[in-house]
Amino acid sequence: MESSTCFHCGDLSDSSTIFYDDKTFCCQGCKTVYEIFSENDLTCYYDLQSAPGSTPKDIQGKYDFLTQQNIIDKLVEFDDGKSQIATLYIPQIHCSSCIWILENLNKLNKNISSSQVDFGKKTVRLQFNSQNYSLKEAVILLSSIGYEPYISLEDFSTGKSQVNRSLIYKLGIAGFAFGNVMFLSFPEYFEVKEFWLEQYKPFFRWLMFAFSLPVVFYSSQDYFISAYKGLRAKVLNIDVPIALGIIVLFLRSTWDIVFDLGSGFFDSLTGLLFFLLLGKFFQQRTYSFLSFERDYKSYFPIAITKISKAGQEQPIQVYDIKKGDRLLIRNEELIPVDGVLIKGRAKIDYSFVTGESDPVTKVSGDKIFAGGRQTSGSIEMEALKSVEQSYLTQLWGNDVFNNVKEDGFTTLTNLISKRFTIVILSIAFISTAFWLFVDSSKALNVFTSVLIIACPCAIALAAPFTLGNILRIFGKHKFYLKNATVIEQLAAINTIIFDKTGTITSNKQSTATYEGDVLSPSEALLLKNTLRGSNHPLSRTLYDLLEENDIIMLDQFEEHVGQGIQGVHLKDSIKIGSANFVGKTNETAALNTSVHISSNDAYKGKYTFYNSYRKGLSQLFNQLKKNYDLAILSGDNEGEMENLKKLLPARTKLLFNQKPDDKLEYIKHHQSEGAKVLMIGDGLNDAGALAQSNVGIALSENVNVFSPACDAILDAERFNSLSDFINLSKSAIKIVKWAFVLSFMYNVVGLSFAITGRLEPVVAAILMPLSSISIVVFTTITTNLAARKLKKNEK
Amino acid sequence: MSVIYLLLSLSILVAVIFFVAFIFAVKNGQYDDSYTPSVRMLFEDELVKEKPKTLKKSKLTNQE
Repeated sequence: MESSTCFHCGDLSDSSTIFYDDKTFCCQGCKTVYEIFSENDLTCYYDLQSAPGSTPKDIQGKYDFLTQQNIIDKLVEFDDGKSQIATLYIPQIHCSSCIWILENLNKLNKNISSSQVDFGKKTVRLQFNSQNYSLKEAVILLSSIGYEPYISLEDFSTGKSQVNRSLIYKLGIAGFAFGNVMFLSFPEYFEVKEFWLEQYKPFFRWLMFAFSLPVVFYSSQDYFISAYKGLRAKVLNIDVPIALGIIVLFLRSTWDIVFDLGSGFFDSLTGLLFFLLLGKFFQQRTYSFLSFERDYKSYFPIAITKISKAGQEQPIQVYDIKKGDRLLIRNEELIPVDGVLIKGRAKIDYSFVTGESDPVTKVSGDKIFAGGRQTSGSIEMEALKSVEQSYLTQLWGNDVFNNVKEDGFTTLTNLISKRFTIVILSIAFISTAFWLFVDSSKALNVFTSVLIIACPCAIALAAPFTLGNILRIFGKHKFYLKNATVIEQLAAINTIIFDKTGTITSNKQSTATYEGDVLSPSEALLLKNTLRGSNHPLSRTLYDLLEENDIIMLDQFEEHVGQGIQGVHLKDSIKIGSANFVGKTNETAALNTSVHISSNDAYKGKYTFYNSYRKGLSQLFNQLKKNYDLAILSGDNEGEMENLKKLLPARTKLLFNQKPDDKLEYIKHHQSEGAKVLMIGDGLNDAGALAQSNVGIALSENVNVFSPACDAILDAERFNSLSDFINLSKSAIKIVKWAFVLSFMYNVVGLSFAITGRLEPVVAAILMPLSSISIVVFTTITTNLAARKLKKNEK
Repeated sequence: MSVIYLLLSLSILVAVIFFVAFIFAVKNGQYDDSYTPSVRMLFEDELVKEKPKTLKKSKLTNQE
């Protein structure tokens, strides 16, 4: 049983396997969760899905701030003194077992009366007895079973959000009216001159009129508002002809039934709205569990520990931090403000801010900046600035974060609709003028008929259904877009800029090369075993890279903080660490991270670490170079330049030492020269560049973890498919154009009826749904065909 | 022949009742999460099948 998987979390468990209850566990944490579940008869958790769990993390003291009343007030939705309701976001929710266990929390603690999971949003809504139980205890319970809630500064500022359900209401009403009106107008379609039907015709017609009222005055509101806004901004958007069509349909139909001229077009009117809203609904459904609007607030903790003058620890809300406050930063906690390090050994990971991958060591008295994550033990610091004034958070003061990207972009539909509206209006006026000379009684009839039949229902549906379907196909392939406009923008780009660290390099692996004297077998054995004892990230990496060796007991092991490690076995001793530590003093400063080794005080050589690039990187760049300008912007130093030059096509631009605002300015500069830029990044340091670019894609190893504000989130494992995604976007635009052609043909047929003054309600009632449905069928089939290539390349 | 008025008003009444039910369903948030309930409804059976003694626990869903 050397390598078996953990019964709880499914990870490979190595030598440290724990056996319990005939099952294997990878660590103590997973075993504890299993114990909790088995004691409470909740082992069904493991039946629903195998190895569904995640390892609980150490959260000692992390949630002390949940005892503060002002923070509780912000998080709790409902509080009547006896019970409280709170909704917590839990990123780990991923399968049916998660739903099951979280909805059975009341078996773990009697004070939780109910819990309900929203799988799409990854939230759990807890109701608990607040007299015997607190939010803090609930959060600790959740964390202890591996479902740690994510509470960030964002929760503090947004408060409770109101769900907007108006589209569902509008769609429901339109559908209801459409169905009933269809029923009522059925007899007239067949022109049966049956006595009783003739008798009740006016009654049927007025009923249809009544059904159409809420559709015109409520369901179609958005179209009128949008058309009005468009006209005021002197833009003929697609909603202008639609709104015009709705008004004319309603007035003409009312006119017809008042003067007993016909049955009116109520069926077409309600049907039109129903299909249009259906298209809107289809396009609106995006990914509720992903947020594309994140700023620093969703990264920052809601509260931090402050050390009062008397030396007591107390939780403090992050916004309340004042200059001069002493703060305690625990291991793995984020530094919320700029300050000075006072006590402790700081090893700060600034990868969020700068993209620099290695942690930086700081000693007491050094300045430390907000956004860094402390990685070894706890430290004390003194705040120099408040949260909003810190270096990192100031980036969000830049104007790009206040602009809405879609505003500056004219969609294909609106581009077409401008010409379309002008053409239709001219046809309407010309044909009216013609009939005024020939038969003036028919002129008004023709005018309204043209506007009715030309109402661009099919055109308005082409883009929502095509792009909506592509959006879902992308989602299946782990490429999540903010909205459908992103597809159109993606199809238009001509420049692609990549971030380096974490984007084209993989966070998980790095490679190292050895330079120097060859190590003897006994030295290699000692090296591997000495590394085993150390938890330093570089030691862990090197340990994993070295060949498997026997395990021996060291006679002596010492870890010198910030310098290196030393191991002794029998007569041999080995030193691993910085150049100074191993006794090599004349080492020139190198750009790459390296670890030096000396055996029995004789210098042997060094391991130099290199980034490991994602598989298929050069292949992807070679695919892309034909059609796009490529560039790499890195926050790192130039150490990797030579390596990258070998890997990538010759014309790729490489820029190093780029600060977050340098990246933003670089993109701005290119855009001013007419480039349409696609930026691909991963960290907060790319946030400005992602916002400035035409399309900003955040690459993520785990889409449930946070990524900065962007237009799209791409799962890192599908990085290679980037070129296919862009090609599919281009095909989507082609499909939309073909759908336009198809709907124009319907319009030509309809217009020939309208101009000749022979438009019967039944013709409109057939043409309208027929064109809409055929557009939907056409776009669905063609998009799925176009997506087949994506599927093929996956294999 | 006024029976047609009666029939029509009855049929519309039925339609309106369903329509109102729909509005209330949306208002109660039943359309907010369209995925979880589909998973949740499958749980009860599995619990009963594997652990007959835990029948009393079968009230799993906590719809408000």
